[in-house]
Amino acid sequence: MTQISRRKLLTGGIVVAAAGVSGLAAANRIARRYGLIPPDSGGIYGPGETLTYAAQRLITTHSLAREFPRSMISKTPFANEVATPSDEFKRHQAANFIDWRLTVDGMVTNPVSLSISDIKAMPFRNQVTEVVCEEGWSYVAEWIGTPLHEVLHAAEILPQARYVVYRSIEPDWWDSIDMADALHPQTFITWGMNDGDLPVGFGGPLRMRVPRQLGYKSVKYLVHLTAADSLKHFGKGLGSSAPEGGYAWYAGI
Amino acid sequence: MPVVASPARTQTPRHAAFVRVTHWLTVIAFTALLITGGEIVISHPRFYWGETGNVNTQPLFTIPIPSSRDTVPTGYKYVMPDQNGWSRYLHFQAAWLLVFTGAVYLIAGFASGHFRKNLVPAPGQRTLSTHWGRIARYLRRAPPDPTEALSYNVLQRTTYLAVIFILFPLVIWTGLALSPGFNAAFPFFVNILGGRQSARTLHFFVSGALLLFLVVHIVMIAVSGFWTRTRPMIIGRSASAEEEP
Repeated sequence: MTQISRRKLLTGGIVVAAAGVSGLAAANRIARRYGLIPPDSGGIYGPGETLTYAAQRLITTHSLAREFPRSMISKTPFANEVATPSDEFKRHQAANFIDWRLTVDGMVTNPVSLSISDIKAMPFRNQVTEVVCEEGWSYVAEWIGTPLHEVLHAAEILPQARYVVYRSIEPDWWDSIDMADALHPQTFITWGMNDGDLPVGFGGPLRMRVPRQLGYKSVKYLVHLTAADSLKHFGKGLGSSAPEGGYAWYAGI
Repeated sequence: MPVVASPARTQTPRHAAFVRVTHWLTVIAFTALLITGGEIVISHPRFYWGETGNVNTQPLFTIPIPSSRDTVPTGYKYVMPDQNGWSRYLHFQAAWLLVFTGAVYLIAGFASGHFRKNLVPAPGQRTLSTHWGRIARYLRRAPPDPTEALSYNVLQRTTYLAVIFILFPLVIWTGLALSPGFNAAFPFFVNILGGRQSARTLHFFVSGALLLFLVVHIVMIAVSGFWTRTRPMIIGRSASAEEEP
């Protein structure tokens, strides 16, 4: 095949390009419809992020994070503490978190504001799972908490909700997960660790635990949950404060 | 009828089109993976064995460089700038490019008989002594056999097969074993490696083996004539027969 006419090459090229563009457009429409596009899919790293998120949602949506025997609980976990807690947090800490509230609003029929004892009175579970930091380190701990789906059902979340946005008491620290993770049995509003209360260093009094994603999705000092059908109007619309700081929204890789 | 492609002389093609395209796509993907992988290591230049490991546990070894995190005790006062955000985005995007490129290469390679014809050593050559013989020729800096201008020697064949069928699958496997989502769905792949931190350490060493291959590969090309070797990987044939060693 040494001789190809210019006309054939041109028409062939146009046909291939048109097929490629319309194929991508169709794939994009289907992916949007089935919730396979992450909120940070714009920009030059969008294709890789979309492939990762779509592959995970198509293959691993219902899988459970590995749980370990209690003998594997790390003797020396690393807290990765917040260097300087806000004054507001310190006030709550001084009062033993008696006035701490978790507000649940957005696309729910029954918005609620829960105290720590309200949450502890709900059904709870425990799991021995690993915290995995994007930097590379990890530890295994037992986490005791109320599954997020219990809290969402108490607030009567609407079926139109597609994401749960959650906020820390610390400024500019918020994140979100899709319903696959929000309703996942291992996603906890965590209040206990290794048979005691959750220490402040590890996120006490309340911490989100999303064990199928990297540690930074497990936001500490939880005060606010918002059910939403879109992430466009939260922050810069990228789904969490992580992409605003250059990190991926979906951290299940 | 106008003509766009017409070789001036009849020459034996050196590399098939699919080999050339996938070769250069792999160069792009691997370069991005290497640089961003290095950046990610800087945020925690300590390695462990087993399931868990952090700054409070004994490392298997540490790389004596400053870290981009002030929580890592490196002995240096200096904390490097954090490059992990874009490094991670690019690392995973480049990994997808590598996987797609590898899939195309494997399918085309098996379909065309490329592996059988060009990479598997000939039956009489599959001995350790033929490999040692070729190493000895390199060390003596003996001129290459005339047949080597048009086909790979036994040492190249074995090395390329090891890179394609051992190192790349291993680096993809150990990389996937660092994904919490993948590990939830397929725990076997991380458990058989001895745990998450073992997988991370192995990912580092397999990447090191690939880097070693890259360095030797480039040195060998430079020694045997950079453009003589690189031109066929771009246009498929050599410029003229006289340039072949």
